Amino acid sequence: MSTVFPPEPQLREADQDQPLYVPIKRRSFFLYAGATAGATALVLAGCSKSDSSVGTIDVGGGDAGILNYAYALEQLEAAFYARVKTGSYYTALGPTAAERQIFDDLAAHEAIHRDFLKAALQANGIAPLKDLTPDFGSINFDDRSSVLTAAQTFEDTGVAAYNGAGRFLTSNTNLALAGKIVSVEARHAALIRDLRSYNSFVGGDVVNLFTQTSGAAPGIGTASSPTGNGNPGPGQERSKRPATVLASVNSFLAEGSKLSAASFS
Amino acid sequence: MDFFQLLSDVEKADPEFLDRINPRRAVFKHLGNTGKKITAAAVPAVLSSFFTRAYGQTGSTLPQTVIDVLNLALSLEYLEYYFYDTALGVTGLINSADRPAIEIIRNDEAGHINTLRQALGSAAIADPTVNAFDYSGGSGSGTGPLAAALLPGAANQAAFYGAAQSFSDTGVRAYKGGAPVLNTTATKDILEAALNIHSVEARHNSHFRSVRRGLNASLNGSGAASALAVSPYDTAPKSWISLSDNDGPTAPNGSKPARAVYGAGSPATGTTPDTFYPAESNVTQAGVNLTAAPLTYTAAQVSEAFDEPLDPTTVKSIARMFVKSTTTLFT
Repeated sequence: MSTVFPPEPQLREADQDQPLYVPIKRRSFFLYAGATAGATALVLAGCSKSDSSVGTIDVGGGDAGILNYAYALEQLEAAFYARVKTGSYYTALGPTAAERQIFDDLAAHEAIHRDFLKAALQANGIAPLKDLTPDFGSINFDDRSSVLTAAQTFEDTGVAAYNGAGRFLTSNTNLALAGKIVSVEARHAALIRDLRSYNSFVGGDVVNLFTQTSGAAPGIGTASSPTGNGNPGPGQERSKRPATVLASVNSFLAEGSKLSAASFS
Repeated sequence: MDFFQLLSDVEKADPEFLDRINPRRAVFKHLGNTGKKITAAAVPAVLSSFFTRAYGQTGSTLPQTVIDVLNLALSLEYLEYYFYDTALGVTGLINSADRPAIEIIRNDEAGHINTLRQALGSAAIADPTVNAFDYSGGSGSGTGPLAAALLPGAANQAAFYGAAQSFSDTGVRAYKGGAPVLNTTATKDILEAALNIHSVEARHNSHFRSVRRGLNASLNGSGAASALAVSPYDTAPKSWISLSDNDGPTAPNGSKPARAVYGAGSPATGTTPDTFYPAESNVTQAGVNLTAAPLTYTAAQVSEAFDEPLDPTTVKSIARMFVKSTTTLFT
């Protein structure tokens, strides 16, 4: 892999809040792609399965598909935290407030993940997905509870998504990279949950909780759900397959940016 | 070999074993029909078929590299389980606001033990019991730098949560280091189970760090999550690892027993796609220095955004401080 950081014509530090809020008609993507060098590869990578899921962009197959799937999720998370920082919940926080410190970090981490994945895709000769247009209409960025609830959804979903996608990676380099990111997402998720409700860093909605039988050897006890039928083993995170993740993630993406992952099931 | 004693032992270790091989426990009927014809020589084969029916691919058919990764993970789970389980019984150490969390974490570790024992089947190590461990970090002397971590009284909370943070971060790094070994076509389900444990360990670690921020601000319970992190983050850490967290928690005697938890493994450097284990302060991923222009991120921000794997040899050398020298655990 290249040690040179690839050209980054559209670093979105400064302009990230402009294209993200302007609804773009579905055909704009194709117009853009058609007018851009390398468009053929982009169209093939991004739209190969669009005939089977009308109106969605397919992430593609193989390791490239999973990397683009991760890139899509990180784009969405980065856009979310960038938007949080413009809402009055965040702007009203004092300069030394812990939650300002926390959201500054979250915004930086997710932007780093986004920029890294784009760079890694390009360095491997894989066309990155286009810049997605989010739809955060269901979130009130002036309200702490609404922001924290959405943050928890994004972080918990991210953890379940990486865990459920790892098995589709054939390259151990890529698996290791996903592993470096997912534990940071889990740290985020646990803190947001603790901010909303202390001691909820794990919960039955994200982990198949286990109750150890008192006095018995470690590991003897009862899981809250029997393994199988979508439930992982005891004490495990509830990983999710790409199609399941995208079904919920698409509600935060505008028309023309909604995703599918037909190659992974 | 006592066949029925073995079955009984297996059921003690895994109460669902009999349900697993036959949901209606008709296994007894099955045994009734054929058991009398089993000769001593045939017992191992019969047992083997039972294990296979119960767990699918079992210890005897897993590659040795996979067995080694899973048994190291299982050993770390025992280390954590007995640490939290012991702490819950120490007078005045865990206050009422934090007790639910430590019980949840202890139970999660028990769930992980259950998962790993199922995956390993007959290849799983024996339960080392609490007697194998020396949580003072003294390799059996009982007088290591973390001796205060399991002593009575609220004054020892800082030592307890510092040790808990170090143990769970070691676990996160160990699972990350082991995952590629589990990435074979035949072991994708085991890989996914390990990933599902790995993220739960990271959630635990995030919580321990929040509690430590709270302790630094004299806040227990719900105030802890919104207590400020204070640079250089060894005493009041962020919920993620920033650079190397100033070598981690400081022990009551002033030493840094967790320095290796946040440092580099072996080999520390290399070139992708080789496997190497940089310190948590690493800012270069897949050959890309994420602090370099045109990006504008700081080294602290980049280091926080990625956790690093650790190799089995380094993990074992850390863990050996916390077991008695007489045990073979982590050797």
